[in-house]
Amino acid sequence: MIDVKLESVSKRFTRSGEAAAVDDVTLTIAAGEFFTLLGPSGCGKTTTLRMVAGFYFPTAGHIHFGEQDVTRLAPNKRDTGMVFQNYALFPHMSVAQNVAYGLKVRKVSRADTARRVAQALTEVHLDGYGTRRIDELSGGQQQRVALARALVIRPRTLLLDEPLSNLDAKLREETRTEIRRIQRESGTTSLYVTHDQAEAMAMSDRIAVMRSGQVQQIGTPREVYHEPANAFVARFIGRSNVLSLPVTSAEATRVGVALPGGGRVTATAPDGHGLGEGDTALVAARPEHVVLVSPEEPDAIRGTVTGVEFTGMATHVTVDIGAGADGDVTVAAVDVPDRVDVGDRVGLRLPAERLWVVRP
Amino acid sequence: MTAVSSTVPSRRGEWARRLRGGASAAWFPYLLVAPLVLILWGYVVQPMLATFAESVSDDGTANYTQFLTSSGVARTSLITSLVISAASVLLCGVVGVAMAFLLKRFSFAGRRLIEAFILVPAALPPLIGAISFQLLYSEIGILPRGLQQLLGTAQPVLAFDGIAGVLVVHTFTMYPFFYLAASAALAGFDPSIEEAAYNLGAGRIRVWRTVLLPMLTPALVSASLLVFMTSLASYTAPLLFGVDQTMTMQIYINRTNGDLPMASTYAAVLGLVSIAFLLLMRWYEGRRSYLSQSKGVSAQRREIANPIGRWLAPVASVLAALVLLAPVATIALVAFSADGSWTTEVIPSAYTMDNFVTIFSEPRAFEPILNSLKMSVLATAGCVVVGVLIAYAVRRLKFVGRSLLDVGVMIAWALPGTVVAINLISAFSTGNGFSFGQALIGTFWILPLAYFVRFLPLVFRASSASLALIDPSLEEAARNLGASWWRAFLSITVRLMLPGVIVGALLAFVHGVGEFVASVLIYTSSTTPISVAINNRMYSFEIGTAAAYGMLQVVLIFVVMWFSGRLEGGGRAASRGAEQWTN
Repeated sequence: MIDVKLESVSKRFTRSGEAAAVDDVTLTIAAGEFFTLLGPSGCGKTTTLRMVAGFYFPTAGHIHFGEQDVTRLAPNKRDTGMVFQNYALFPHMSVAQNVAYGLKVRKVSRADTARRVAQALTEVHLDGYGTRRIDELSGGQQQRVALARALVIRPRTLLLDEPLSNLDAKLREETRTEIRRIQRESGTTSLYVTHDQAEAMAMSDRIAVMRSGQVQQIGTPREVYHEPANAFVARFIGRSNVLSLPVTSAEATRVGVALPGGGRVTATAPDGHGLGEGDTALVAARPEHVVLVSPEEPDAIRGTVTGVEFTGMATHVTVDIGAGADGDVTVAAVDVPDRVDVGDRVGLRLPAERLWVVRP
Repeated sequence: MTAVSSTVPSRRGEWARRLRGGASAAWFPYLLVAPLVLILWGYVVQPMLATFAESVSDDGTANYTQFLTSSGVARTSLITSLVISAASVLLCGVVGVAMAFLLKRFSFAGRRLIEAFILVPAALPPLIGAISFQLLYSEIGILPRGLQQLLGTAQPVLAFDGIAGVLVVHTFTMYPFFYLAASAALAGFDPSIEEAAYNLGAGRIRVWRTVLLPMLTPALVSASLLVFMTSLASYTAPLLFGVDQTMTMQIYINRTNGDLPMASTYAAVLGLVSIAFLLLMRWYEGRRSYLSQSKGVSAQRREIANPIGRWLAPVASVLAALVLLAPVATIALVAFSADGSWTTEVIPSAYTMDNFVTIFSEPRAFEPILNSLKMSVLATAGCVVVGVLIAYAVRRLKFVGRSLLDVGVMIAWALPGTVVAINLISAFSTGNGFSFGQALIGTFWILPLAYFVRFLPLVFRASSASLALIDPSLEEAARNLGASWWRAFLSITVRLMLPGVIVGALLAFVHGVGEFVASVLIYTSSTTPISVAINNRMYSFEIGTAAAYGMLQVVLIFVVMWFSGRLEGGGRAASRGAEQWTN
């Protein structure tokens, strides 16, 4: 097992001063870790992955596999196993031939190859599929062949480029559990790219949230969810209400803000963010932490219900709290009284212990 | 008064109801298809059978046994034709695939220059194309004579004649089949498949051997079949380079010697071989191909890093562009040369505008131009009506025998021009039902009919390609909004097909104006088309005048190519679809 280090890696595709596709990314993937690059399309996550695979060389910066500098190493010398978004299975080869390809390149003996291919196919629950043609397989089966092909060579790192995006929702959830199980068993250092935050949260040891080529935050799923570094991360991970509120008092790690309803509340600001009285703070509150109360309750934020959405586990109620706030507030309540309906006046309460001040 | 006004709308409603119901009724396709089948039967299939009947009319099967005896012209011709075709496949394959890889996979100075001209030699009409290569590379050609003068030798240097000359023409005019097929395959297949191989540790050579070549195979096999068929049908190249013992030349020689049964025998054999190849090709293309879609990451061209290569690339590109443009340039140069002024010099010694004045002002010289335009317009009109309807029927209607209709059109495409001519001679030297009881041979009408048969597949292909881009639900949407079948068909489907149909019609028209192969077997002195006039002028050493006619054809072709390229998306797809099948 090795770790993977990216040091100030940048990638520009055009020489003239256009924005970099990847801009000064530094991160370390610990040995055996399942690390995810998460971000909207065009944020540079796939470009970063492709630099680790060796399909692009960085314009600046270095990439290390353990002690080895692989920045400019050819892709076929890197010993990475990659699962492509569209699987990239060789259409003119059978399932077994696909899986055996990397072993043949590595001059593994025929007997060993056969044994390891069979083992890899068993591992992904495809025993007996070896002689099938690729176009005879379903999407989910192709996905597993791709995974087997990448893992059978016992790569130094496993690279996965949105491998689940071509599967339907149910299969996606099953497959992500499978991928994680197989990765844990093999202990391969893995880099996973996705735009699906739920997938990232469910699978990863750590996540790097990216935007416009830059890393916004690196942390465990819990950290990026509960302690977002900035408004972008707060909004991108799950649903989040981000309110711009005037600062009334400021301490080292806590900031007092005034609420639209006239109340005051103290929110956590990990390093103060340099905010002082009179500034405006961005306060993030998760829907499940906002409490729906009677509009008569003192100091409640009052507003009008503009949407009620039943999702099964909870009901999302969207409330327009008027000017001075950053749009609507969504409340995810487990028990919503049946009588709450669009157009009703309601009150909202924000629990101080769950409020988190974010950078813009 | 009231009674009349109330019955008219109801009668109209009745008709509308019938038409609407009719369009979706099970019998409707057959009503549309029946006349189309009749046309294909009457002018494509039935003449072919007539040729077969003609070939056994005098001596039974004796003509055919000639192909089996060990010596003799028949057997030699068949073998020569097959050998030339096989060699053409090899040469075109090497040139075409190399060009595709060079241009699609590498980035170097001058790449765009080559790409701009790469299809020029193949775009020339068959006769004028072959003549230009003769004027360039044969014993009397510019290059061998130029080298002779340069090196001071007694004989022209590097002169191609005979089979070698034929192969030069074939290579230059047919390598685009490989080039286009290989570049489409390279552009179509998913770069991540290649990346997956690199990722698994394969080096460049191994990726070539185990991934790229196997995945190109379907495209290469199709291109091989196409080149083989086209070479087999090739007639002008053997004619100009004096290779008498090929199938097409034997058809021509036997016909001009008046031995129609023997000419028919050759035509029947060549026709059967061509149709066999057509069926082989259809069978092969029905199998899987490896095109797939992928997300944004596209294959990037590799920069040539080697300093010598970098320096050499622009020089080689300019040279290649010169070679590609040389045939057209030669025709243009010769078109301005005075007739009889070019004997042993490297290039003609005297220049004049007279050739163009002659062909436009002298009534006898202008007549072929008029003939060609008239006959091509007539043939094109027929091709458009029949071609569009067949395309619609084959793509959109469900009926028994649909693929037979498709095959019927494609047979017209697969048959060499010489065979089409012999078929029409066999069928219409006396009157029959399809010629309304008139003998057509020796009349004006036989030529437009031959053009119609030969170029119907072009319009069909172009229409079919643009129809493939039109979502059938558009027509359904129109009908859902209340349009009748006819209205939906005309206002939506035909309107959207229009660019494709126009491209197909223009192609049919220029091919008609350039047609030589069938014309030369069936023209009369009053219906001489341009290409035959060119051929006759060449024989009487009026090379300048011949080239001037040729320039007209060339200019017309480039105008049409330019115009088709400018038509919006549908037109471009259609011209690709049609050109793929041009020979």
